[in-house]
Amino acid sequence: MNEFLIAIHRDLINKDASPSPEQMQSAIKPFQDWLGSIAAQDKLVAPPKRWDTDGRVVKQNNAVTNGPYAELKESLGGLFLIRAKDYEEAVEIAKGCPLLKWGATVEVRMAIPPAQ
Amino acid sequence: MEQQELIPNLFRTEYRKIVSVLCYLFGMDHIETAEDIVSDTFLAATESWSVNGNPENPTAWLYTVAKNKTKNYLKRNTLFEQKLSKEIQLNTSSTEEIEIDLSVKNINDSQLAMIFAVCESSISTESQIALALNLLCGFGIQEIADAFLTNKEVIYKRLNRAKEKLRKEKLKIQQPTLSQIEDRLPTVLTTLYLLFSEGYYSVSHDTVLRKNLCFEAMRLTILLIDNEKTNLPDVNALHALMCFHSSRFEARVNENGESVLYHQQNEMLWDQKLIDDGIHYLNQASTGNNVTKYHLEAGIAFWHTKKEDTVEKWESILQLYNQLLQLEYSPIAALNRTFALSKANGKKEAIEEAEKLQLVDNHFYYSLLGNLYTDIDNHKALSQFELALELATTAADKKTISNAIQKLQDLL
Repeated sequence: MNEFLIAIHRDLINKDASPSPEQMQSAIKPFQDWLGSIAAQDKLVAPPKRWDTDGRVVKQNNAVTNGPYAELKESLGGLFLIRAKDYEEAVEIAKGCPLLKWGATVEVRMAIPPAQ
Repeated sequence: MEQQELIPNLFRTEYRKIVSVLCYLFGMDHIETAEDIVSDTFLAATESWSVNGNPENPTAWLYTVAKNKTKNYLKRNTLFEQKLSKEIQLNTSSTEEIEIDLSVKNINDSQLAMIFAVCESSISTESQIALALNLLCGFGIQEIADAFLTNKEVIYKRLNRAKEKLRKEKLKIQQPTLSQIEDRLPTVLTTLYLLFSEGYYSVSHDTVLRKNLCFEAMRLTILLIDNEKTNLPDVNALHALMCFHSSRFEARVNENGESVLYHQQNEMLWDQKLIDDGIHYLNQASTGNNVTKYHLEAGIAFWHTKKEDTVEKWESILQLYNQLLQLEYSPIAALNRTFALSKANGKKEAIEEAEKLQLVDNHFYYSLLGNLYTDIDNHKALSQFELALELATTAADKKTISNAIQKLQDLL
């Protein structure tokens, strides 16, 4: 089993963003069912945390701006770790994210196993 | 009350109190001395009461005799006195004046200190439960053996090893400080939870014994709630959970001692008083920001006290299981979540989700699949129940699965 980062990116800036606040509201149940499904397979590494959308961005020369990362259309909207055999299985799980249909993107990254 | 019942009843309620108070006074390394004194006291009661009749106030009689026996013991046993921890001598100038305080407050304090001492030690959880039953619930070795479905020798050895370890660790028995409570309360609650589960899910057919285990776990939880320092949200949540579960005690076993599945239970047999208590403690638990697994399980148990199948009921149960599993995985929670999913989102989605669980050595897994396939593909359902039957070990489980198979065969 490997650990994978599931990072959900979505537009947190634009007024006409998709998913919209209403769509996010209606996604609460499917989102929880998705997490519940991953957890029921014992593939959740730790209880997911909820992240605020406030954020700060730190750049060269200690320049700090208010986040989220405004120069990209898509900011980080949520992230958690799962267990999966390989990319194929992790991607299969990621496809269950109910925000995809509204234009959110799920980034899947495998943690490099520690050197034996 | 006849003496035949009186002494065993007093033994059950008073033995543990006096032992706790004496251990609190002497320290855990003199646990055997405390037990000997209390056993002697009950022996004296049996002898005296059969000759002189029952005293007017049997409990007061026991307390007086226990106090005197302790004082005599201390006087006779100078060696013990020298070895006795300095703390006792700090509080009292001589053994003559040793105050053996059997007031309600000191009994409660002593028992609370004892719970924390038993749960703090490095002994195995199994031994902690046996020790809690013995020292805190006044269970005899035979009763503990019956509860664990094993023989007296095993329990005798288990208890002695545990007590030996307590002595060696020179564990202090004292009022836990606030920071100790924070550190150790999770372990204490786990032990109480397991003690309750031992009674609730035990394979033992002795329903009286099983109920006693559950009620003892509830009594000890109340002891924590009665103490200001340990009256915390998670303790109240655990107690609510126990109330909701035990409200179904009468309904979950039929007159032949066979278990009755939830959806077949007669809700007239559910204990409304315990349900109301559960709601009260769940409200008490709803302070602070911390949602523990006891909160979630109590919430699930609360919805199960409503017999009627509503969308709200199963959606709530599903979401509580979703949260519970994110907090802590267990196969049984995964299976129950999938059952709730079938009720909330339909069988088609639940079958897909169930196939992902792959709990192939768990008979409940195949029973769940059998249940989900029933009315969708009865041949498939039958084969799933047959797999469940192969894996089931207890007579009660086999009976439940056989009943399901019989029903399906009648349909086919």
